[in-house]
Amino acid sequence: MTRNSFPQPITRQEEVEAKQKTRRVLKGFTKKRANLIPILQAVQRKLGYLPRIAMAEIAIFLDIPSVDVYEVVTFYNQFRLNPPGKHSVRVCLGTACHMKGGYITLDAWERRLKIKRGDTTPDREFDLDTVACVGCCTMAPVTVVDEKPEAKVEPTKVDGLLLAFEREKQQTSEKPQ
Amino acid sequence: MNQVTLTINGIRITAPEGEKLLWAALDNGIYIPNLCGLKENTEPLAACRLCFVEIQGRNKPVTACTETVTERMVVDTKGEQCLRLAKSGFELLMASHALDCGHCLKNRNCELQRIAHHLRVSLKPRILRKILRDLPVDDSHPAFIYDPNKCVLCGRCIWVCRNHVKSGVFGFAHRGFQRRVTTFGDEPMGRSDCDGCLECVRVCPTGALVERGAVPRLGRTEPVY
Ligand code: FES
Ligand code: FES
Repeated sequence: MTRNSFPQPITRQEEVEAKQKTRRVLKGFTKKRANLIPILQAVQRKLGYLPRIAMAEIAIFLDIPSVDVYEVVTFYNQFRLNPPGKHSVRVCLGTACHMKGGYITLDAWERRLKIKRGDTTPDREFDLDTVACVGCCTMAPVTVVDEKPEAKVEPTKVDGLLLAFEREKQQTSEKPQ
Repeated sequence: MNQVTLTINGIRITAPEGEKLLWAALDNGIYIPNLCGLKENTEPLAACRLCFVEIQGRNKPVTACTETVTERMVVDTKGEQCLRLAKSGFELLMASHALDCGHCLKNRNCELQRIAHHLRVSLKPRILRKILRDLPVDDSHPAFIYDPNKCVLCGRCIWVCRNHVKSGVFGFAHRGFQRRVTTFGDEPMGRSDCDGCLECVRVCPTGALVERGAVPRLGRTEPVY
């Protein structure tokens, strides 16, 4: 159940882009350590996640060890180490969902997508993470797929949801240009 | 430097003014369990919660590593309350410690063994269920081996790495049970900027950081701190 430690590789071009964007964001801040979290938030708003290169840039800017930036990023759930996928999957592990087998649901997602929570599939179709109660406990176990809460997500429903996405993908690719 | 006189367990000792109680006691041969304290660090982390002592006039036990000695202070390191706290803290630590003394290079030179002996408790947790972290052992560095499963998160290595060596290779990352001492991006130590000064190995109280090729100690030796 370990969270993914390190981001999947990004392309050279993505890296250069991330570096430039991070530098641009940094222009709006003073070199104070207290700015670390606001900086991380701003960079994530720009990039959608915090790649290694961005963290390294921030560390140089604030003159702190890069592992300190990593510490903060891995501590807060709001920060992502991986690029977001096209579809986001958020498995609820709040109290009600936990009681109704949220972990089994998470397990099913992890097995089907072949990634761990906090990760993105290599084709960047899906990213998987957990949340703690989304406020519709009567529907437990809940999984929020692309902002839409899905009710009673048992492993078979996981399969169903994935199938629907596959269909959709097929149809769009079949459509004449 | 001015000296202050205090009493610990009925024994009168003197210590330099401004000294923390933990070091005053240890320097005078009075043992107090401790893991995270480092004498050079003047801002103690006080993370391990093992160095509890009772001071006359205080209604609660206090951590010796954060308490400055004062003139005519009366300290009891064997009070029931402080020992209870230390034992619970130790039990919590041992509940996730990958115990394997027989194969461990720190055997007989391990602060955990010393604490267990001092508190007269077993190294195996008695009440708590054992839950191991199951993290991979990092043997990628030519000078040392890092086994996070034996780490007690005392933070000593992080402190020396920054304040002595000024390199900042080590840090804490992740949260809760996943929390661990690691490098930027959890990369293997061998790929970090570490140049192998082994300061971290010197201060590690457990078998988490050991020198490569070290031979297990057979005789009883005094820990460095
Ligand atoms: S616990 Fe899952 S929605 Fe409330
Ligand atoms: S030595 Fe005092 S809390 Fe660790």
